[in-house]
Amino acid sequence: MISIQQLSKVFKTNTTTIQAVDDLNLRIDKGEIFGVIGYSGAGKSTFIRLINRLEEPTAGDVIIDGQEITALSKNQLRLSRQEIGMIFQHFNLLWSRTVRENIALPLEIAGVSKEERISRVDELIRLVGLAGREDAYPSQLSGGQKQRVGIARALANKPKVLLCDEATSALDPETTDSILSLLVDINEKLGLTIILITHEMHVIQKICHRVAVMEGGKIVEQGEVVDVFSHPDKAVTKKFVEQVMGKPDKDITEEAFVQSVESGKVLRLHFVGETANQAIISQVAKKFDVEINIIQGNVKQTQSGAYGSLFVHVTGEETELEQAINYITSTSVEVEVKTDA
Amino acid sequence: MLKTLFPNVNWFDLLIATGETFYMTILALIGTLIFGIILGLLLYLTAPGGIWQHKTLNFIVAAFVNIFRAIPFLILILLLIPFTNFLIGTIRGQNAALPALIIGSAPFYARLVEIGLREVDKGVVEAAKSMGAKTSTIIFKVLLKESTPALVSGLTVTAIALISYTAVAGVIGAGGLGDFAYFHGFVRQDFDVMFVCTVLIVIIVFIFQFIGDALTNKLDKR
Ligand SMILES: Nc1ncnc2c1ncn2[C@@H]1O[C@H](COP(=O)(O)OP(=O)(O)OP(=O)(O)O)[C@@H](O)[C@H]1O
Ligand SMILES: [Mg+2]
Repeated sequence: MISIQQLSKVFKTNTTTIQAVDDLNLRIDKGEIFGVIGYSGAGKSTFIRLINRLEEPTAGDVIIDGQEITALSKNQLRLSRQEIGMIFQHFNLLWSRTVRENIALPLEIAGVSKEERISRVDELIRLVGLAGREDAYPSQLSGGQKQRVGIARALANKPKVLLCDEATSALDPETTDSILSLLVDINEKLGLTIILITHEMHVIQKICHRVAVMEGGKIVEQGEVVDVFSHPDKAVTKKFVEQVMGKPDKDITEEAFVQSVESGKVLRLHFVGETANQAIISQVAKKFDVEINIIQGNVKQTQSGAYGSLFVHVTGEETELEQAINYITSTSVEVEVKTDA
Repeated sequence: MLKTLFPNVNWFDLLIATGETFYMTILALIGTLIFGIILGLLLYLTAPGGIWQHKTLNFIVAAFVNIFRAIPFLILILLLIPFTNFLIGTIRGQNAALPALIIGSAPFYARLVEIGLREVDKGVVEAAKSMGAKTSTIIFKVLLKESTPALVSGLTVTAIALISYTAVAGVIGAGGLGDFAYFHGFVRQDFDVMFVCTVLIVIIVFIFQFIGDALTNKLDKR
């Protein structure tokens, strides 16, 4: 749906030239939540601003739904921008307008009639959960509420794409979660394609379907979120995965426990998305005559299932144990027997 | 009692003079508002990185503003006599004072407008662009609207400077309280007249300041 070809942006200052985005190629499918992650200065903001030409590209094309954004005249671009919503880290609301008036601004720009504006704004206020606050000014809202206004405003003209630049970076973890669930909700309800920029891996883990890792203006790694989590290739990617999963060698700390096990087995269950989830533990405990205890684990929920490892200690009759292990193996969870006492 | 305290004050003439001061101040303020906003917008929009970035135009507007801001008001009135004569047909009376009052204060206000516009969050302008706003929409619905409190408080400061300009203009025959204080008070050595005029001017200044502050507070939703 969105195709980005050989996109480049060079900033020239008096003393230096900076290649902020470097020959970037990317395809984003309709209806997906696509995450772009990278450290500060990687060129993420420049990249997302190139998509709606808030920044003019030095070279390359951006094509949205067959329309070549990079070939549009100033006037055509204005019309196309009405179909591309954008939300910002610092919300960028007009403090002189109420919630209702802020959300109405893009509708005024698009020349929507007054009656239609009123009903559309009401609809949006309900969608983002701001009922009761419509006549407040931005200064009277919390950060999370401000971002909800930002989201409602971005959705006002029923865009095809929503661009989010660090939309949750100014919010506390709890508010971040509520804004992220709102984005997922909108993605599912409206089938909206979302491109999301962040430097926080848990944002990617929670809501993205696919992720691209940016470094030095290039995309160095991309794929399904679960795949990138389970097989990070580049050093940057590994570091980002560690942000969420912790250092992988921490898993070894239960070696001591593994050694001291006197009966039963210690298993390492590896979750790699799809249908797998932690409910499997209670299922095993119910179905088979075994005792199962979690020793340690780190499993994260992503948009396409759970990802991570769990160390469990199972005790019981040998045959029951066999069957339990076979059962777990029959799901998408990978099993590794660490000790067999 | 007023008769005994201020024996030389002709209260009816004083009332007329007060009216003249209001007349000059308010008309000049309207002119200053219009030209100041136009000049301020030009300064802001043509500046490097602005929407209409234009080196030459920016230089010309900035030079105009700086030069007219630098000329002392009394000298400006004298310099503008031929222009005023051409424009108004006379160099006496309140209307004749208006060109000098506006040209003297619009550049000052233009700088305050520019400062106000610079304080508008760049991100908000960017957000409007991302919605596909025209430049005119950005100017009227974002820049001027978001900076309104700064524009009003700047206008208050300008109005107070204008009141003192009208007094200066009065000395060369523009009418108003300055004129009254000079010709009826100073020239005739009637100091009670000068005193009453001064008090009235101070009261007028307070009125403008009060209205300006109240308006700014009401408009400021930050
Ligand atoms: N207008 C500009 N002029 C010159 N250089 C710029 C400009 N905008 C960005 N850059 C440079 O381009 C590079 C990429 O910047 P960008 O803002 O895209 O990074 P980012 O990945 O969004 O970082 P952050 O996480 O800090 O927001 C940086 O080196 C930055 O200094
Ligand atoms: Mg950025």
